Amino acid sequence: MNWRSARAVFGHEMARFFRTVWQSLASPVLSTVLYFVVFGAAIGGRIQAVEGVPYGAFIVPGLMMLTVLQQSVANASFGIYFPKFSGTIYEILVAPTGWIEVTLGFVGAAAAKAVMIALVILATSFWFTGVHIAHPFWMLAFLLLTAVAFSLLGFIIGLWAKNFEQLQIVPMMVITPLVFLGGAFYSASMLPPFWEGVAKLNPVLYLISGFRWSFFGFADVPVGLSLGAVALMILVCMGAIRWIFLTGWRLRE
Amino acid sequence: MRPIIDIDHVSKRYGSGTVALKEVSLQIEEGEILALLGPNGAGKTTLISIICGLVVPSGGTVRVGGHDIRTDWRAARKLIGLVPQEIALEPFETVIDCVRFTRGLYGEPPDDAYIEQLLRSLALWDKRDAKTRELSGGMKRRVLIAKALSHRPKVLFLDEPTAGVDVTLRREMWQVVRELRAEGVTIILTTHYLEEAEDMADRIGVINRGELLLVRSKDALMGEFGKKHLTISLYEPLAALPADLAGRGLVLSADGRELGYDYDTRAERTGIAHLLAELAERGLAVRDVSTKQSSLEEIFMSLVEEETA
Repeated sequence: MNWRSARAVFGHEMARFFRTVWQSLASPVLSTVLYFVVFGAAIGGRIQAVEGVPYGAFIVPGLMMLTVLQQSVANASFGIYFPKFSGTIYEILVAPTGWIEVTLGFVGAAAAKAVMIALVILATSFWFTGVHIAHPFWMLAFLLLTAVAFSLLGFIIGLWAKNFEQLQIVPMMVITPLVFLGGAFYSASMLPPFWEGVAKLNPVLYLISGFRWSFFGFADVPVGLSLGAVALMILVCMGAIRWIFLTGWRLRE
Repeated sequence: MRPIIDIDHVSKRYGSGTVALKEVSLQIEEGEILALLGPNGAGKTTLISIICGLVVPSGGTVRVGGHDIRTDWRAARKLIGLVPQEIALEPFETVIDCVRFTRGLYGEPPDDAYIEQLLRSLALWDKRDAKTRELSGGMKRRVLIAKALSHRPKVLFLDEPTAGVDVTLRREMWQVVRELRAEGVTIILTTHYLEEAEDMADRIGVINRGELLLVRSKDALMGEFGKKHLTISLYEPLAALPADLAGRGLVLSADGRELGYDYDTRAERTGIAHLLAELAERGLAVRDVSTKQSSLEEIFMSLVEEETA
């Protein structure tokens, strides 16, 4: 294990983020503000409170999760795909750096960026709605674990992608629908029983549910299951990345 | 002395079925400059990509500094620096950050004094804060060299270092390579500029169609395969070659003032003394005699053509 290499990759990726920090922050913050204006203020006023929480506040965890998932996947997939595209990946492949260091660097940076953006969104939400966080420690823990899990997934997508279209297709076709259907804007308990059962097959529901519990103290599924789901996802993704680096799939000829 | 790189029966067959290397064996001594020559697609880049860890060999072993590149890859790779054929740099990063990043990637602690010395030696210090996309092609190549040297490797691979660069810059690059060798860095370069190999290399390996045809010291290669051309300038021009001298391989120039003669330096008798004596017997006064060694390019072409035939 070479910590300096991991730190070098992490610093390199974060430097890229800070070079364009305002663009990186502006887009997710703007879209979140629009969600608050439309769902929170315009429509939210006509929707009754969910489990006693005003609708505007209820959607805050979901919006944060939506952003974390999208940003984690986009940051990590682009982070590793761009060196593949530009050819600079060679220096990572010839360095005495193992898959753990490379993954820690890229995924750590992608997750850190996503968490920073999510916290900016949380701060933005205070302008629109009064949000009380019941379990701040667990809120941060869920935020971090989810960012890591989806950054790992994004990293795999970036390793797999052979072109920019492939890089876009998974987040667009899979991640966004899963988030919307995972209860970002509603509680699964609001669905008819059959659809509630179907919704519970969606792994993202467990993440959003756990995260929402850390805010409001109620959840669609037990919190332990949410933690289990995120831990399982991290383990499966780590296994896949280890396999990719050890076999050289799509990396080495 | 143990070679710094020991390549033993390395072969590579790509998934497409293409055989890029056939049981190549080669030992590279510490501190030497080895030039790998070969036409496009000969297997030069595949060979160095295997040593550096970019390509997985289908068979054989490679040791760098005694470390197996597959089982002891961390130790082996620490000794290696690679300058790739294609210029690949993060466009928005500054020169100095680029070089610092590579040093960190190799697990080395920051050393700004060394980075400064390195950038100065490559005439990049004034450009340290410039973004790499703002640099000329030659400067970008030097940044790649700086990156490759940032962790003080013992072996430097230069894959076609002067491909597509102008003559002035090429000479600049050669100077850099010579200075590195003077510092004790072992250098392996691939090229199809024969002039480059002829000018710089201690030893030359010729690869064609995945096979290492030969590896010789440059001087031995020139001596072994080199032909010389003898030019005899005459005081009085000849209208035609005397009949009894025809069939000796002599060629009379158009103005009749010069006789050309190709001979093999390896031959026991070159026939030069005999030829000069015969010219004197015929009363042909010789003004001057000069010889020219055939270039590496001619040697290379004859080797590759021989193998292809």
